[in-house]
Amino acid sequence: METSNSSRETILNAIRASLPKGVVEHPGIPAFQPPAGALKAVFEQRLKEAGGAAHDVGSLAEAQSKLAQLHPNAKVICSAVPEIAGTRRVENVRDAHDLADVDVGVVRAQFGVSESGAVWLTQEDLGVDALGFLSQHLVVLLDPKQIVPDMHTAYRRVRLNETAFGCFMMGPSATADVEATLVHGAQGARSLNLFFL
Amino acid sequence: MSTAKQIDPAAAAELFIIQDQIHEPMHDRFLWATMQRRHAEAAAIPEWEELREIASKIKEHTLTHLDHYLEEFEANATKRGAHVHWALDATDHNQIVYSILRDHGVKELIKSKSMLQEECQMTPFLQQRGIKVIESDLGERIQQLDGQPPSHIVFPCIHKTRKDVAELFARTIGTDPNNDDPHFLTEEMRNNARPRFLAADAGMTGGNFAIAETGTFMVCTNEGNADIGAAVPPLHIASIGIEKMIPRVEDMGVFLRLLARSAEGAPLTQYSSHYTGPRKGGELHIVLVDNGRSRRLGMPDFWHSLKCIRCGACMNTCPVYRRSGGLAYGSTYSGPIGVILDPTFDEFKYSELPFHSSLCGSCSEVCPVKIDISDQILNWRRVMAAKGYLPLAKKLSFAVAGHAFAHPEEYHVLENLAEPAISYAPHFLLYDRALNPWVRDRELPQPAKKTFRDWYLANRSEHGNLQQ
Repeated sequence: METSNSSRETILNAIRASLPKGVVEHPGIPAFQPPAGALKAVFEQRLKEAGGAAHDVGSLAEAQSKLAQLHPNAKVICSAVPEIAGTRRVENVRDAHDLADVDVGVVRAQFGVSESGAVWLTQEDLGVDALGFLSQHLVVLLDPKQIVPDMHTAYRRVRLNETAFGCFMMGPSATADVEATLVHGAQGARSLNLFFL
Repeated sequence: MSTAKQIDPAAAAELFIIQDQIHEPMHDRFLWATMQRRHAEAAAIPEWEELREIASKIKEHTLTHLDHYLEEFEANATKRGAHVHWALDATDHNQIVYSILRDHGVKELIKSKSMLQEECQMTPFLQQRGIKVIESDLGERIQQLDGQPPSHIVFPCIHKTRKDVAELFARTIGTDPNNDDPHFLTEEMRNNARPRFLAADAGMTGGNFAIAETGTFMVCTNEGNADIGAAVPPLHIASIGIEKMIPRVEDMGVFLRLLARSAEGAPLTQYSSHYTGPRKGGELHIVLVDNGRSRRLGMPDFWHSLKCIRCGACMNTCPVYRRSGGLAYGSTYSGPIGVILDPTFDEFKYSELPFHSSLCGSCSEVCPVKIDISDQILNWRRVMAAKGYLPLAKKLSFAVAGHAFAHPEEYHVLENLAEPAISYAPHFLLYDRALNPWVRDRELPQPAKKTFRDWYLANRSEHGNLQQ
């Protein structure tokens, strides 16, 4: 639309002229049997394999002390959740660049996916998208009742028409680019701790 | 016919193999280990084969309705505030990207890994026009600093040792040449890249999937580098091949269950990010790129290659790729998928690639979208032979073989002569390095004393009325 209409029409016409003979119908996606095992236990195991860690915290007070215990030297704790104050509120951050000094970002995920240990986070959950990626460490809150078995059920829950950004985040940043050796904290968060709360 | 020089993958692979006793065995070992993780993940999902079949059919459905889904994607992405551009070819793509960057006064760009941008040779195009382009994926950055293209579509520098990387970083970003610990090297690059993310005027990504129903595109990474590039600079440009369309959000469940398991033996990549319109306060441009894809769609034997989701499983399982290294293919796409994609860009230049295969068929077996890769490799051999692109040695030996197979009575005579022929032929004739690069590091098998046919006639002749 921004470019000349001619490229657009040329491409679409070339496609129409090339369409393979015989139309293939969409196969539909059957309801698969969810994986065996308790959702929460499998989720925790998968998160661990992805380099993250899950913690059962009984109360908000316990969550706060766990946060302090995990990150004793954190100077800037930027929070997007009402329960945890942090040292900076994401609501007051105007520009993504202002998150460059964040030691710990605190967010709440909408739900988790058992088969992978991933959590679903949207722009609304992060406040500013960059909080999920510039923070040196992440603490993610998750209601343990909000775990779905697999990606099929997960995609039935996401509302892509309601958010500009959504991410399945599975543990911290990782790379295996140097001699296939797994290293966490390549560019994004160095650690991801998940509190069931 | 193109004027480009014909790529000689066997000769390039030989250089990779003989350089030392370290690189090729390491490359082979790492990729095979990745393949074993893939097998374990696939075996743990009872519906794995059904998922492959569904994914294949969804892709075929989409490609046979591609005009419709592209228009639907464009309408929905535009409605959400994205600017959608259409690029006929690589130059068109690069021009569009450059004009967006120029209009926004961009001096420095941070980009994540995109095979499409590699295919378009975008980085040199922009750098010649005064724009600084930094790769943010660690492996891709290593390759950029070394002046090499990626050697693998998922693991760009898998052919390098930690020592290679330590020496490269010492030379280019001033680290300790004697510290080759991957943790140290990754940390050094994190600290080197961070200021570049913050200084960049624009971020660029590719796209793994584009969802027509919502106008969303998806990017999968492990490092989070694409997300920083999309979330920090004010401008985000995504290059997406027109074949990346997927009809509905629900379809993504199938593809994401297959992609990372096939690519690296993990249930997902660490980040599976969905972009639907610009972020709060940002600007988003999407460039839909054809560059030969619509033409490929019209090739009855080859259009299934457009189903590819770029997982790299065919490369990891390929006995030829694992021992050759990806750079031997001399092209953007290497391994089995490269063998069938590259000739669509330049048949003459890549005419030797279809012969860089054992035709074992493992690639077709592991492909998550069931592309008939090995059949296409064979079909490309036919194309190359029909066009007369075969080198003289192959032409002559294929002519002899073709004649023999077409005349069974002569074949049987030859068969019985082969054993004494191979046994008594001068070594130099069979192992001539110029005539047959495949035997440079191999010995021919010992021929059987008795042919299968003779054994069959002697032992099972009661079953057969085998024509004599």
